[in-house]
Amino acid sequence: MTLRQKLRPALAYLALIVPSALILLGFLWLFITSFSTRTEGLRSLGWTWRNWSFLWESPFGPHYPSIWWVTLNTLVMSLIMTLIVVAVSSMTAYALSRMKFAGRKSFLSLTLILHAFPSVTLLIPIYFVLLWVSKIPVIGRGVPLLGGLGYNTIGGVALVMVAFQLPFGIWVMKGFFDNISWDMERSALIDGASRFKVWWQIMMPNIKPGIAALSIFSFITAWNAYLIPLTFTAGRAGKSAVLSLYLQNFISESVMTEWNAVAAVGLFQLIPVVIFFLFTQQALLNIYGGGKKGGV
Amino acid sequence: MKKKGQTGEGELPLPISSKAKNRTFSRLQGRLAPYAFLAPALIVVTLFFFIPLVMVFILSFTNLDMTNFGILEWWRPANWSLDNYVKIFTNRFFPKILGNTLIYVALTLAFFNVGMALVIALITTHINRQAGFAFRALWLLPRITPVVVYIMMWKALSGPAPMGIINNFLGVLGIGRGEYLLNTHPWVFVILVNGFIGASFGMILFSSAIEAIPKDYTTASKVDGATTWQTIRYVILPMIKWPLLFVTTYQTLSLLTSFEQIMLLTDGGPRLYQTEVWALTAYHRALTSYFGNTQWGYGSAWAVALVVIGIIMAIIYLRVFKFGELVEEPKIDRL
Repeated sequence: MTLRQKLRPALAYLALIVPSALILLGFLWLFITSFSTRTEGLRSLGWTWRNWSFLWESPFGPHYPSIWWVTLNTLVMSLIMTLIVVAVSSMTAYALSRMKFAGRKSFLSLTLILHAFPSVTLLIPIYFVLLWVSKIPVIGRGVPLLGGLGYNTIGGVALVMVAFQLPFGIWVMKGFFDNISWDMERSALIDGASRFKVWWQIMMPNIKPGIAALSIFSFITAWNAYLIPLTFTAGRAGKSAVLSLYLQNFISESVMTEWNAVAAVGLFQLIPVVIFFLFTQQALLNIYGGGKKGGV
Repeated sequence: MKKKGQTGEGELPLPISSKAKNRTFSRLQGRLAPYAFLAPALIVVTLFFFIPLVMVFILSFTNLDMTNFGILEWWRPANWSLDNYVKIFTNRFFPKILGNTLIYVALTLAFFNVGMALVIALITTHINRQAGFAFRALWLLPRITPVVVYIMMWKALSGPAPMGIINNFLGVLGIGRGEYLLNTHPWVFVILVNGFIGASFGMILFSSAIEAIPKDYTTASKVDGATTWQTIRYVILPMIKWPLLFVTTYQTLSLLTSFEQIMLLTDGGPRLYQTEVWALTAYHRALTSYFGNTQWGYGSAWAVALVVIGIIMAIIYLRVFKFGELVEEPKIDRL
């Protein structure tokens, strides 16, 4: 083996490690800062637990929701959004992958082009749409836990995010359906099963890796969402606040931003995601369902 | 909803007892089945895409803003005009914003969303399996980090000496004067910040695609004496053509419309319009009271113009990348 050949793996590692180091340093700083009174670079100038006091007392006074209520909100919103995204995109993708119908091609192109719409474009009109949904009795407001599906409700925010996530979800799921052989479905149809039954009982169990990947992806997206909850809930410390907005409270409402406290809240929002991610990353990496062509 | 009474699907060779009436019914059902599957998506898409889309087009022809909200009947054609569009193209900063957008999309895409993604995918699939997974997991972290926290990290990284982490390292090497790097090199950080998030998308797709390549192919090329570069160029890259094309397309459009990170990082600054991209301009005009007034109409015009650019790019991509193959009719539908 020549020196050149020995150097190559080392170079490969180096090419990876240098940029990766930036990410690691950032997270290390976050961790150190959240337990420090002040920091210089990565050096702490004094350790403290005070930054984490938001866990047992609301830093904005007693009439604001506690961090645990906000966490519950975030969790409910993320679960609802994930559920709808997976259900709707797998239904749609099944039809697009397996059936011939008028408008199929335009629908597929449309989902790709929909992605080209800047979310910012639609924020103003969606605001009007949500206000309109709010006026519908029961669905608009007054559903327990969700609040409803209108403006300033967890359900409404989740629904808007579903809309933004759908194009991606549909393409991912279509890739998985495309990969499943037709034989199983065919025999089920010959035995007299309905299309719906085939989808639910034959196809869905076969694309479990895809469902898992899309669920994880959607859940994390929803958990971290900032812009949409910011625009469609009134007041950052309101009843329907989610974690990102809670975090923003610290930055905008105090005279001097206490970065150490922000880091602690940030870490609080980040930790569940990271743990969740560590357990599910194998499944998440499956999001490319495959095939040699097309897909995703 | 479609659970019952659907046993006679499509042109199924039904038992002899089946009647003509039954067959018509089931054929109709077969016709309608796809739309039943599409219905939920159509409802959501109509509510949150089509209706808003029509509205934003109309709004872009009006001068609706905070001061005349509730007074101006924006839905009346009498109140429509092209003034907003004239205003955009005669804007003194229009060339600057357009240039910024092009630089931002092109550089981030080339260096990170496709470039870095490909490099990571190639390396992590060829080193120790565990190490490869660890690196890929690490590169997914920026994407799963809440954006506010992520930007905060970058501000700490780029901060002035003695606080800034990068400056601490540069100081040891004797480079730079410890200034706030976000002020001196804003573009570097705009691209880094977005690129570190964007790279993971391509990385996932590319590495699974590379792993799906049968080992025989790469082994064969090695046996034939191909260098690593030749193996990559002539075996691996052609085999992952589709993911490559898909990522390029999808990420161009994503970048074109993304602004959240830039908004939180530089908000278009530090100097006037220095890092202001198109989508951010739309947001600033429509939803922040930067000039003491949120100009919904004018902001909508910026947004609509961006949509038009996006659609044109999408169509070009679809042509170049033979979208026809991607959406080809299922060969299997009926029995």
